[in-house]
Amino acid sequence: MGKRLRVVDVERCVDCLLCAFACARRFGGGGLAKSAIAVRSVGGMERGFVVVVCRACEDPPCLAVCPVEAIRNVEVGVRVDPERCIGCGMCVEACAIGAVQWDTAERKPVICVHCGLCAQFCPHGVLAHEEV
Amino acid sequence: MPGSLHRVLFVDLARHRSWVEHREDLFSERLGGAGVAIELLHEHCPEGCDPLAPENPIVLAVGPLTSLYPLASKTVAMFKSPHTGNLGESHCGGRSAMALRLAGYGAMVIVGRSPTPVYLSVDADGVRFRDARTLWGMSSSLTAGRVMLEREGGVGHRTVLRIGPAGENLVTYAGVTVETYRHFGRLGMGAVMGSKHLKGVVIAGNGDLPVADHGAYQKTYRDLYTRAVRSPAMRKYYELGTPENLGPLSAMGALPVRNLQATGYGEEPPLEGEALAREHLGRRLACSHCPTACIHLAALREPHPEAPYFYKTTFVSYDYEPLYALGTMLGVERPQDALHLLDAVEHLGLDAMSAGVVLAWATEAFERGLLDVEETGGLRPTWGDAGVFGAMLERIAHRASRLYTLLGEGVDAAAAEYGGIDYALSFGRLEMPGYHTGPGAHLTHLTGARHSHLDSAGYSLDQKDMKAGQSRSPEELARALLTEEAYRQVLSSLVICFFARGLYDADTCVACLSAAEKDRPWDELMALGEDILRRKFAFKTREGFDFDALRIPARALETPTPLGVGGDAAAGRVRGRTPACLRRAVFGDLRDSFPDNLGWGNPSNTRCAC
Repeated sequence: MGKRLRVVDVERCVDCLLCAFACARRFGGGGLAKSAIAVRSVGGMERGFVVVVCRACEDPPCLAVCPVEAIRNVEVGVRVDPERCIGCGMCVEACAIGAVQWDTAERKPVICVHCGLCAQFCPHGVLAHEEV
Repeated sequence: MPGSLHRVLFVDLARHRSWVEHREDLFSERLGGAGVAIELLHEHCPEGCDPLAPENPIVLAVGPLTSLYPLASKTVAMFKSPHTGNLGESHCGGRSAMALRLAGYGAMVIVGRSPTPVYLSVDADGVRFRDARTLWGMSSSLTAGRVMLEREGGVGHRTVLRIGPAGENLVTYAGVTVETYRHFGRLGMGAVMGSKHLKGVVIAGNGDLPVADHGAYQKTYRDLYTRAVRSPAMRKYYELGTPENLGPLSAMGALPVRNLQATGYGEEPPLEGEALAREHLGRRLACSHCPTACIHLAALREPHPEAPYFYKTTFVSYDYEPLYALGTMLGVERPQDALHLLDAVEHLGLDAMSAGVVLAWATEAFERGLLDVEETGGLRPTWGDAGVFGAMLERIAHRASRLYTLLGEGVDAAAAEYGGIDYALSFGRLEMPGYHTGPGAHLTHLTGARHSHLDSAGYSLDQKDMKAGQSRSPEELARALLTEEAYRQVLSSLVICFFARGLYDADTCVACLSAAEKDRPWDELMALGEDILRRKFAFKTREGFDFDALRIPARALETPTPLGVGGDAAAGRVRGRTPACLRRAVFGDLRDSFPDNLGWGNPSNTRCAC
């Protein structure tokens, strides 16, 4: 089986966003527009953070709601076909944990591909890339 | 030039208008950050303008490495300082730099005065002017910040800058709080915002940033990251944070205590980093894109003053400088008391360092009978009494009387009215930082462009000399400080956090820039650093900066440093001397280093009596 990204110790998250920047670098450049991972505070930074990332659902709601079958299952998680995608945003609505990010400029969803690059750049052991 | 760094967002608060100017010239010549900000200040700050007049601009600038590399996490602010009447410059992290750059701007210039209080909501689409009348007068800057964030909602990564009562009431050292725990602290940017009726600025950004060379970018990034997380240079910021410095400074006799009447404690100093972490550390945070997470939050549990079984737990960010200023400098030794005062300045929106030094002066002046209870409004400041200090901070922020109004303008203003100038601890009208290490520190505070210990880090040179058992001539010292200050202009133009100066050496800076943008040899960067410093002094001179008018507080010269009295380790040549003598030492070197001089006059005309 493949590897899946997991949030293993969220108490050590310091909101540095190195994971999100690493994710965006998959496409070569910097910034955050194409990052599939999000970090949010839990009602104020002093209360800690949640790291929102695709859980690689067995029965993914994002795939189920896509009206044009632009999202397909792969070994771990899903893949988006940007050619087919019409940018309706239903997948974003369907994900209960908000793990489908949105590229505003391209008007396309950004979904984690479980490559594990973010875990390599997490300095505090919050993320792990584990065998499924 | 790739990307959007050259886009400068202008905001005119008087007319509620905003526009973008494309300044490829500026960013291509001056990099970004401090290099760009000083040019925008020259362009938009009218000569001799009142710092609290609508014309005084607030400039924010980020740089070519912002949001591309780890620890390139700071925003540079420039304005004319209402506290010193001269160059105002302050750096802040949090999410500010990331949000500004990812919103698609390299800089922002805010001018004018809004007819009524507003806050700004900024994103890639531009600026919206939001009514802030309901937020004006709120007792806490933190509440105002939370309201602005909640109201804006929105997508992307957000930063929120705002002022508290001190800024609204034009206390000249009012700061700007960012993300609750970071600050544009020094030199009164909060008062400039207050004078503009600008309560806050929310910036949301989520863009991407193209780079010149993808392969080189990935490699440079990975190398830098690996060094950043392994480097011993970052460890002290990583574990205990800056309070780690307190113990060693106390042990060497360089920690200002009770208005610099003493310089350390015995075996176990109060407010020391290890004990604070053990007893109070509640959480750690990082600025965006920084693996170090130097932001340390204490969990402060306090009982309700009257109602039994009611408690509140507050998270208070602590660092060395606020602990020195509101702790040891005031004889406040219980961590809970010091944290309580740190929390108070956060709510009020005061610069912790100036506030602490001001209270230290007031306490000594009260002790010596220069102030009485009539002037203090019934309060009796004594060393260690945090309750009284808290009440005084509140009155300073609200300019409650003649005394508190003057205390809200700094120790120079207060001493000019009441006396006690010999122990009014400021350099260039800015209250001193927590380093009494020797002549290097004093020279940095006097000659640094913003009179900050971070300008040229003389405190660090002093400590190196101490360890090596060596001394420098005044000329050698001046040369070392100037070289350091010029190098730091490169860092603050890229813009790199100064805590990462150990990582961003010449080769690293060149490699990062080359992958991101274009090749620039180090010689060129250093020459630019020197020129940026020159441009800062051109502004200072234009606004009346006069080396002869600088004052070294008598207390600072009389109280022994680890390197002797009055900095006599500089080959014994600086002992007890006047600023005129220091001027000769410093300027002599400047003339060599900076061919078209900084306009400080001809050193050969300076006569020194010592």
